[in-house]
Amino acid sequence: MTPLDHAPLLQASGITKRFGRRTVLDHVDLAVAAREIVTVIGPNGAGKSTLLRILLGLLPPDSGAQQRAPGIRIGYMPQRLAVDETLPLTVRRFLRLGQPGTEAAMRAALEEVGAPEVLDTEIQRVSGGEFQRVLLARALLRDPALLVLDEPVQGVDVAGQEDLFRLILEIRDRRGCGVLMVSHDLHLVMAATDTVVCLNHHVCCTGRPEAVRVDPAYLALFGAARGGELAVYHHHHDHVHDAPHHADHAHDHADHDHG
Amino acid sequence: MTTRTMIMDDFVWRALLGGLGLAVVAGPLGSFVVWRRMAFFGDALAHSALLGIALGFLFRLDLTLGVVGVCVLLALLLTVLQRQTRLPGDTILGIFAHSSLAFGLVVVSFMDRLRVDLISFLFGDILAVTPLDLAWIYGAGAAVLGILAWLWQPLLNLSVHEDLARVEGVAADQVKLAFVLLLAIVVAIAMKIVGVLLITALLIVPAAAARNFARSPEQMAAFAALAGALAVASGLAASLVFDTPSGPSIVAAAAVLFALSVAIRRTAPA
Repeated sequence: MTPLDHAPLLQASGITKRFGRRTVLDHVDLAVAAREIVTVIGPNGAGKSTLLRILLGLLPPDSGAQQRAPGIRIGYMPQRLAVDETLPLTVRRFLRLGQPGTEAAMRAALEEVGAPEVLDTEIQRVSGGEFQRVLLARALLRDPALLVLDEPVQGVDVAGQEDLFRLILEIRDRRGCGVLMVSHDLHLVMAATDTVVCLNHHVCCTGRPEAVRVDPAYLALFGAARGGELAVYHHHHDHVHDAPHHADHAHDHADHDHG
Repeated sequence: MTTRTMIMDDFVWRALLGGLGLAVVAGPLGSFVVWRRMAFFGDALAHSALLGIALGFLFRLDLTLGVVGVCVLLALLLTVLQRQTRLPGDTILGIFAHSSLAFGLVVVSFMDRLRVDLISFLFGDILAVTPLDLAWIYGAGAAVLGILAWLWQPLLNLSVHEDLARVEGVAADQVKLAFVLLLAIVVAIAMKIVGVLLITALLIVPAAAARNFARSPEQMAAFAALAGALAVASGLAASLVFDTPSGPSIVAAAAVLFALSVAIRRTAPA
């Protein structure tokens, strides 16, 4: 291990962003180290995607400082990517758009994410779960030191969601890359994350997932979110995906209907 | 008599050459207009072309140059405005599309010589294509195709997902700007052929027809060029035989091709 291994891949401090009069991000601090999986959780509209876009350099913050490891390669998996029906595009071509890669590299990447069959399928014809895996493969083809994943399991059924988080964990272990992801649900990502940043415009609490889960700030945020207008969803989601190991009180909060 | 036939041959050939040249450029560019959902943007540019004619006439410039100038300026203005105002994009486009057409019509109404030609500006007059027009179509057209080929990969990447393309290193703002400028140039040179009101149709109808058979973006662009060329040839022939206006005949032929492509696709799914 060289000392560089301990330097963060990405570090941001005091990130503040306003849209008009609304303060979307208020002095947010965040760092991702090599081999670390950091998950940002928070209710709908908490500023999660805005934070990611700032960290990716897609949006300038109003104030705050950020640093990336020099020359770092980032693999990005955006939220809600829908390829227009008018564009004839196979998965092969979609992968090649991101990175001029060899046939073997593309096959290996699809193999790695568990979607080896879809290379010649039209991108609009793959299932929700396969599509997320294809997106992940495109990110991996860049051989990234840092993976940035915005809601990586959206549009995926519950069994598939757990598989995907396990896959992300495996990828981190195998490749040793850092992972920064956004999720609306702590309990699904518990097993696949090292550090949780609970965000509601500001950082409410941060730490190991077991610690955040019982943090009063976390409970206040998600307890409130599910007590109100989302009682209906609560019931519904209990039925749909109450696997024993995450049948927890806060599992079914706001963002299942993210969209 | 022989001389008369020769002359007829001459302008018919020029019309055909001009139309085919335009179709070949409009196919690939129109495919991007469809993929990027910019039909309304193209319309806004096209509607401003009349103002270009009027201003070109007023300042005694080459009319095509006037149209190119106004279209390029409007493309730049729209790009800036869409980024900076809170109005929805299509509202801004609607404001500029129709107000520039209105201003164009008002200015033209002051000019007796132009007023005579108004219909040909609105609906095109392919049979009046001059050798200079041909030089514009082929010169500018070749440049547009060359630049489009050069930008193809990044522009395609952008059209799928802009943020992802940016993270992957595409200079999105520059590529997008280049694309709207290319669009402005093609709109300007297309005006002579199909007229202000039908330019967008020549961009998107062949591309939409091509979608029904294409398996890759490049195939769609090539098929669109082919469909456009077919529409130009058959529309021009029809307009000579039935003595119908040329621009509308060409667009009508393209629409028939589109309907056929849908019908064929329905009966024989690949």
